[in-house]
Parts: sequence; C-alpha cells; structure tokens
Amino acid sequence: MKARVLVRLKPGILDVQGASVKRALAGLGFTEVRDIRIGKVIDLELDGLDAAAARQRIDEMCARLLANPVIEDFTVESLPGS
Amino acid sequence: MKFGVVVFPGTWSDCDFHYVISEVLHQPVSYVWHRETNLADFDCLVLPGGFSYGDYLRAGAVAGRSPVVEALPDFVARGGVVLGSCNGFQILCEAKLLPGALMRNECLQYRCQSTYLRVENAETPFTRALRPGQVLRMPISHGEGKFYADWETLRALKDKHQIVFRYCTEDGRLAKEANPNGSLDHIAGLVNEDGTVLGMMPHPERAAENAMGGTDGLLIFHSLLGSLVEDGSFLKR
Amino acid sequence: MPGVEPKVTQELALTHGLTAEEYDRIIRRIGREPTFTELGLFSALWSEHCAYKHSRIFLRGLPSQAPHVLQGPGENAGIVDLGGDLALTFKIESHNHPSFIEPFQGAATGVGGILRDIFTMGARPIAILDSLRFGAPEDPKTRRLIDGVVSGISWYGNCFGVPNLGGEVNFGPEYAGNPLVNAMAVGLVRKDRILRARAEGPGNPVLYVGAKTGRDGIHGATMASATFDEGAEERRPTVQVGDPFTEKLLLEACLEAMQTGAIVGIQDMGAAGLACACSEMPARAGTGMEVELSRVPQRELGMTPYEIMLSESQERMLLVAARGREAEVRRVFAKWELDAVEIGTVTDDGVLRARMRGEVVAEVPVTALADEAPIYERPTVRPDWQDALEAFDPLTLPDAAAPGRALLALMGSPTIASKEWVYRQYDQQVGINTLVLPGSDAGVLRIKGTPMAVALTTDCNARFVYLDPRRGAAMAVAEAARNLAVSGARPLGLTDCLNFGSPERPEILWQFKEAVAGIAEACRALEIPVVGGNVSFYNETLGQAILPTPVIGMAGLIEDAECRCTQWFKEPGDRVALLGPDAVSLGGSEYLWTLHRTLAGRLAPLDLDLERTAQEACRAAIEAGLVRSAHDCSEGGLTVAVAEACVSGPATIGAEIGLPAAPRPDLALFGEGPSRIVVSVPADASRALEALMAEFAIPWRWIGVVGGERLDVRMGGELAVSVPVMQIAREWRNGFERHVS
Repeated sequence: MKARVLVRLKPGILDVQGASVKRALAGLGFTEVRDIRIGKVIDLELDGLDAAAARQRIDEMCARLLANPVIEDFTVESLPGS
Repeated sequence: MKFGVVVFPGTWSDCDFHYVISEVLHQPVSYVWHRETNLADFDCLVLPGGFSYGDYLRAGAVAGRSPVVEALPDFVARGGVVLGSCNGFQILCEAKLLPGALMRNECLQYRCQSTYLRVENAETPFTRALRPGQVLRMPISHGEGKFYADWETLRALKDKHQIVFRYCTEDGRLAKEANPNGSLDHIAGLVNEDGTVLGMMPHPERAAENAMGGTDGLLIFHSLLGSLVEDGSFLKR
Repeated sequence: MPGVEPKVTQELALTHGLTAEEYDRIIRRIGREPTFTELGLFSALWSEHCAYKHSRIFLRGLPSQAPHVLQGPGENAGIVDLGGDLALTFKIESHNHPSFIEPFQGAATGVGGILRDIFTMGARPIAILDSLRFGAPEDPKTRRLIDGVVSGISWYGNCFGVPNLGGEVNFGPEYAGNPLVNAMAVGLVRKDRILRARAEGPGNPVLYVGAKTGRDGIHGATMASATFDEGAEERRPTVQVGDPFTEKLLLEACLEAMQTGAIVGIQDMGAAGLACACSEMPARAGTGMEVELSRVPQRELGMTPYEIMLSESQERMLLVAARGREAEVRRVFAKWELDAVEIGTVTDDGVLRARMRGEVVAEVPVTALADEAPIYERPTVRPDWQDALEAFDPLTLPDAAAPGRALLALMGSPTIASKEWVYRQYDQQVGINTLVLPGSDAGVLRIKGTPMAVALTTDCNARFVYLDPRRGAAMAVAEAARNLAVSGARPLGLTDCLNFGSPERPEILWQFKEAVAGIAEACRALEIPVVGGNVSFYNETLGQAILPTPVIGMAGLIEDAECRCTQWFKEPGDRVALLGPDAVSLGGSEYLWTLHRTLAGRLAPLDLDLERTAQEACRAAIEAGLVRSAHDCSEGGLTVAVAEACVSGPATIGAEIGLPAAPRPDLALFGEGPSRIVVSVPADASRALEALMAEFAIPWRWIGVVGGERLDVRMGGELAVSVPVMQIAREWRNGFERHVS
C-alpha cells in the first residue's frame, strides 16, 4: 500500500522558515497571506500489509524516527493505489 | 583516562577530537564505529560534530537510533560520561538522553563564528575546573543549533541546574546579539540530571591550541581529567 | 535496445552540438556512421568543455614545468612537492552555467566535483576557496542568485567537512546574465600514495563505485559549451543534484581502499560521466576498456546505453583495481555502504567497447574520443572598443571634493566591504588546521606533524583584464603571488579558471589569447608553474559577454608556520611603510567605478622584475620578524589598504599617514597599481627594515604610524582625510550586507 505522512511543527512553535516565506510572498504582492507553516511530506510504499496493520506500523515509524515529538506533529493518510 | 571518539557515517570532527585528546592532552583515545555496542574499555565517549547520515531527515535523527547510541544509557549507568558537541548534541537530544530539540538557526543560515559562553553550572564533571559566571570563547559551526524545549522542561532544566553554558557577550551579558542561533534562554549546552551527559553546540576541540586562536575548550577536558577519581568513577555534583 | 535508438544523421549530429565537418571527421575516423550511443560519446568528448578545442592552441604557451611539480596539467588535478614525504594537490573549476540555471544545486555540485578531482589523486581535501561574480547588487535577481550560490557552497562544503578558506565575491553588470561560480579545492597527499586517472594493466577489473546512475545532467558538457538564450531558465532537467553525505562516504571509502594498494587508477565521473572516464583513463595508459552497461547501478528504470554513458549523476567514480584484489576494494566500500560493482575490464586493443546485455552498442578507439577532437585556431581581432577605453583619461574628471567621504563610499562598496556575510556561512575550521581565517589577504593552513603551513588565495581584477587583457591577466598572477608573499609564503604553483565569452567571436578570442599570454609572462617572470586549470567559454547571454575573467588560484608554502603574517595593524606606535613603486592609475579603479560608474582608462605599468623583488623583500621582512602586518594594495589603492589594515583585525585601530603633496590627490589616495604593500613595523625594528630594503634595492618609504582613533592622511602637511576608524569599520562591516540583503 501507499501512504503519505505529513510532518509539521507543533502549533505554537515558531516556524522561522514559514515566517521568511511569508515575508517573501508579501514582497511579491501576496499581502493577503496571514500565516504560513512549512512541513515535510514523506511518501511511503509498503509491502504486504492490510490497511490497519500498515497504519499501526506507520504510526510506530513516526514515533520512532520520522517525527520528533518534542517539536513535531504528524498525520498519516493512505494514498490511492493502496 | 580512556576516551572513545564515536564515528558515524558523515561525522567530521572525529579526527579533530582524536588529535586534541592524543596530541594536546596526551591521553589514550581510539575511534568507536557506530555499530559498536561494547563500550566497557572507555571512561569518556565523545560524540563529535558533523552531518551524520547527511542530517537529511533531522539533524542527528538517524544516528540517535544507532547501536552505539542505544548502548549509551548502559555505559553511563556503569559510570561513564558522554560529551556530545555540535552534531553530537543533536544526536543526544534525538536519542532522548538529553531533553529538548535543536532546530534550524533563527537566521535560517549556517553560522561558523566565534562565540562567548557563560558558565552556569561548575559542578559537573565537565566544568569542575571552571568558575560560575566565567566567560569562555569557543567557535560554533552549525545550521541547526537553536535549542527548544517546552515551558515545563525549561523550568525543570533551571530547577535542576542542568543548563551548563549560555551564549553571552564578551563581558558575560545575555544580550540578544550574542545569541548566534536564537536558542531558547541563550542555551548553548546542558547536562542530564546526573550531570554525566553533556551536550553543547560549540566546538571545544577547535579551541584547544593557541595556534587555533584560544585554549578555553581545553578547560572542559581538564575538568574531566580532574574529576576522574582513582576507582575509575567521576566526581559528580 | 539499439533497435529503438534514433537513426544517426548529420542533422542529429548538429543538434548534439557537433559541426558538419566534425561529423564527417568522425565518419572518416571510424570508417562508418556512428551508432546513437557513439554519437553521444563523441558529442560529449568533443565538446569545448571536455576537449578545449578553441583554447588548447593558446594554452600550450603556459609554463608548467618546475623541479617541484609532480603533476602538471592533464590529470584530475596538479601536484606540487612540499618537501619530505608530502605533496599538495589543487585545482580550480567553473560551474557557471549550472549555477545560473539552479544556483543552489549548481554551486553545490561545483564544490562536489572539484573535491572529487582532489581525492581521486589519493589526497584528503584540506580546503576549498570560491571565486564568485554576480550582476549589479541592486538587482533583486542578483540577491536571489548570491543567496542560492552561497548557501549551495555552504551546504555541500559544510556537510562534506572541508574548511572554506576564502576567495572573492565581485559584482559587475556584465555578469547579470552569466554569474561566475569558480571553486578551488586543495588536498594533502603522501608522495608514495599519489594515484592517477590511468587504466593500466590489461585484464584488470574496472569497478564502478559510489552513487547510482540516474538521468540527471545528461548533456551537461554540451550545455556548458553553448551560450544562453532566453529559454535558458526553463532548461532545468539537465541540472544535477548533489549529495554531500554520499560524497563524504565516497571520500572515506576511496582513501581507505587506496591504502590497501589494490587500486591501480581512478577517475571522477564528472562532466560527460562514464563516457569521459571510460575513454580518458585507457587513452592515458595506452590501453582499451570493455564495459557491460547493464551492470551499472541505476536508480531509474529503462535507461538506455546512451543515457547511462552520458549521465552526470554526482558522487560516482570509476576505478581500476589490481586483478585478484577486487574483494579487498569491495569490502571497504561495503563498510561505507556504497556500491562497488565490476562493470568491465581493461583491454589491450585501444578500443572502448560498451555492451548492453552482451550486445555491442559502441566500439570506438579511445584515442579518437579522448585525444583526436579537432583543434581550432580561430581568428582573433583586437576589439574596436579598446581604443575608446584606452583614450579615456580619468584625470579629466573633477578631483574628489571630499576624500574622506570617498573613502567611506569605497569601504562600503560591495567589492571592498567585508565578506563576512558570505564566509560566516562556511565552516572555516574543520580539520583544526586554519591558522589564518578568511578575511586576510590569504588563508593559511598548518600541515600537522611538520613546521610548515600553506597559504591559499584566488584573485582576478576583471576590470583590468577588460581594459588590457595581457597586462590585466599578468596583474592577476602578480596579485595572487603578492597575497601569498604578504602572508609569508613562497608561491608553489597556480591553477587558472579562464572565464570568457564565446570563442567564436574574434574579439573574445583575442581577449583570451592576450590574457593567456599575460599569465604566461607573469608566470615566467615570477617562476610560478601552472599545474592545471579549466577554461569556461560561452559565458554570454543575448550577445552580452562577461568581462574577461581569468581567475588565478594559487598555493604557497610557509616553511615555518610561525613566520606567517596577517594584514591588520596590531600595535599603536608601530611605523607604517609602503613597499613598492608610486606609479598608480585611476583607470579601471574601484574609485572610478564607485564614484563615477565608469570603467575605462589605462592601467598602471607592471614591472615584473620589481614585482618579484618587492615580494621577496616583503617575505624576507616577515621571515626576519621585522613586520607585524603586511597588506597588499589592491582595489581602492593605498588609502583603502591602510583603512583595511585599521579595521579588519580583531581590534580596530587608527593610523596617521603622511604623503607628499600631489597635483591630483584622488590619484595618489585611491589610484591602483601593482607591486605595492603596506607593512607595519615595531619602532625598534625600523633600522633593520631600512637595512633590509636597501639590500633588496626596491623603492619604498615610511608613510606614517599606527595608533589613535582616527585615520588621518596628510598630503604635503595638509589634512586630506580624517575619519574616525569606528565609522570606517561600520561602513566596511555593513556595506556588503546592505547591498545584498
């Protein structure tokens, strides 16, 4: 199956990269942008697991490596083609 | 005192630490490959700077789950001490051996420059030869050195005197312009609750000879050497 | 597979950048129409980038011999003897076109490529320097480019773990459509461990090591041999992506594998990838090579032989091992988690034979590819713009009304202002060898285990080269050597990166011919061999060529690292002297550009004998411990050199300078000329310095004293400049950042 993990900074943690991109957009005339948060997309292809089992394994991957719980949250979505 | 310098794929301060420990301090030292789990020979392990595994996922994330790092709690429990500098600090936080996380520098750029550090806790094996409030000069070289922890963690760090170094001005003030990466509360280095694991972003090995512009980094090693007592254990706080 | 390949015709050859004559020549040479893969091989190896078709004839004039040269041009990098069992290897290379298309990755992979050139020689890289040119700093496009290029260099070099010792950043509107990104790498090697890019020993296995091959960068070599049109920014698919982490592993694995003694020869797969390595390595050794392309590790599906041969995927090497010892090599690469796959063997028939699952897809004599590209001697014409440039007399402009204000404007100009904004993004100290950090005339590294140090610099004043290509290029060599001399070093050799417009324009080729002649003259007079380099032509967009920019990278030796010198004043009370001649000019000066936005005029004279003696005198004074600082006078002339000596050190310090009265104060204060050095001397050493200068018989004089909080310059007793040094320091420190961010 295929799944997509989205990792982003927890709410309330200053996203300096997002702030910098927001300033750059404002400089290009996109002044309506109120906030930007930048995260990471991790696409996974997994072998031979049913959806529930895969979901559980991905949660473990996130907890153990893909995200740092001190500063990051993650969400998992399954992708078409699963 | 026997030092081990840990080498991960992508480590680059390993040779520098090795050189300072053997050629400047004249102490026995050997390299420790990242797959090694038998650490019984060593009194102090150094996790050096570099870009372990390219730091591609997060700085120190992959190395933080390596066999040698997983063996560290045991090593510390049996009386060893661990010094992580730069990428080593990032690895220790990723491995949860130290609290908090190291995030991208606030300026969004890599910074290699000289910094001043104020000694906040002189009662660890790493700082015993220093005075509280003493100002040291040491270089930094990193892109992700902004320390972050939530409010409760920060309070606990303060209550338990775990903050060891803070970025400051030459005369010891905690001014904003003296904080090179936007670290929370100016934190440049901290220890675990027992004081046996130190993580710091600056590079003590780059401040160990006059030819390199200063020797303040040596004071950390001298503290360690002075803290090791005859039975092989370290003086703690 | 060959069945689906396009039919090779002359039209197809033309789209590959070959000319009709070149295509005919190929057919005559191999006696038939080439296959599609063979056409790809020829188009890459016969490109200007690989074959130096237009430049080779001129480059022959460069002196490359000296007793201490262990390897001259023609290998991955040149090597000079350091004495004892150590040698220094270095090379500079351009990555201009890729950096314009994608600044971050272009600059990053430029660093990656030049580092591989160094460690294929068996050396551990100990430093990089970078020489950059951009369009006007006010242009927002320039800011994006400089940001991308600097962070690309920073990312790759820092992650790999090599210190950046400095270089140059310059600006000019001529570079707006063609920025220059030149990177120099330097390595240290034991003489008995030097390896070369030669496929010796028929029967020896050929191993592919490092990252896998993808479709990136196909035809990078032909891209670097064409000028830009308006569609250039859309031409992204040929850009390679760098992986400094893999490169670091490749470094450690290569050096460890070399120590086993099982490696016979090794070459980086850079421009034109496998095609280049598989033909140049056997051509150098007088052998042939047979490879099976299906064995090449690939990260994309369905790659054709053509694509595999021409891919410019980064962080890959081709090596020849001693038969029977492959396992030792493979074991080392496995430890570092890298591929090491046997893809072929060295043969004795002088032919490159490439197969795809057994079927021959290319079969060409290696010398036809590597050595027999046509050499052109195209016409050269002195450009008609030269007369107007030389006719301009800067002294027809009004004199500076307020020299103090002019000094501040110069100190804050992007050319002169501190480049800390750039180099603080680079690791300058990893390896703990850096004795002099970026920010002095040259970077200095100690050689551990010896009393020695090496000094490194890159230099080129392209305005000078534009006004007078021959003298300007000679001045670039002289300045580089002077930057080493003021650091206490004796030059060992140079590597040049010759950046020019299209050689198909006679005016541009004239600039090139003259510049190379100037470099040769200076090298002969100063006895500095050229041990390698790179030519980058076609740096033009929509007919606008860059200023001719022959960047000189130079390495020098300091026998006793304690006898090194930096450019800044140290002690109040020290006396200040100017070594060298008085002759200067405002032609092509920073003053003329900053205050009048004019690039024209004649250059000051260059007396290479005097240059040489002045450098020797300065070095002797440093070795005798008579001077506390020495600084080259370059952009901005004498007054800027003194001001830099006041503000560029750890502590800011003033000076009082006295010069003779001059009919044109601006010329005396800010005029530029070669062979001039500002030194500061402890008062009790003044007699000794006077005696030493008398011995060398160079023109020189005392001009003042260090101290105070102002820089005062009197001319004939009248105060011409009087500025607080803190104000100078502020302009100088903030000038660059103000212009670029």
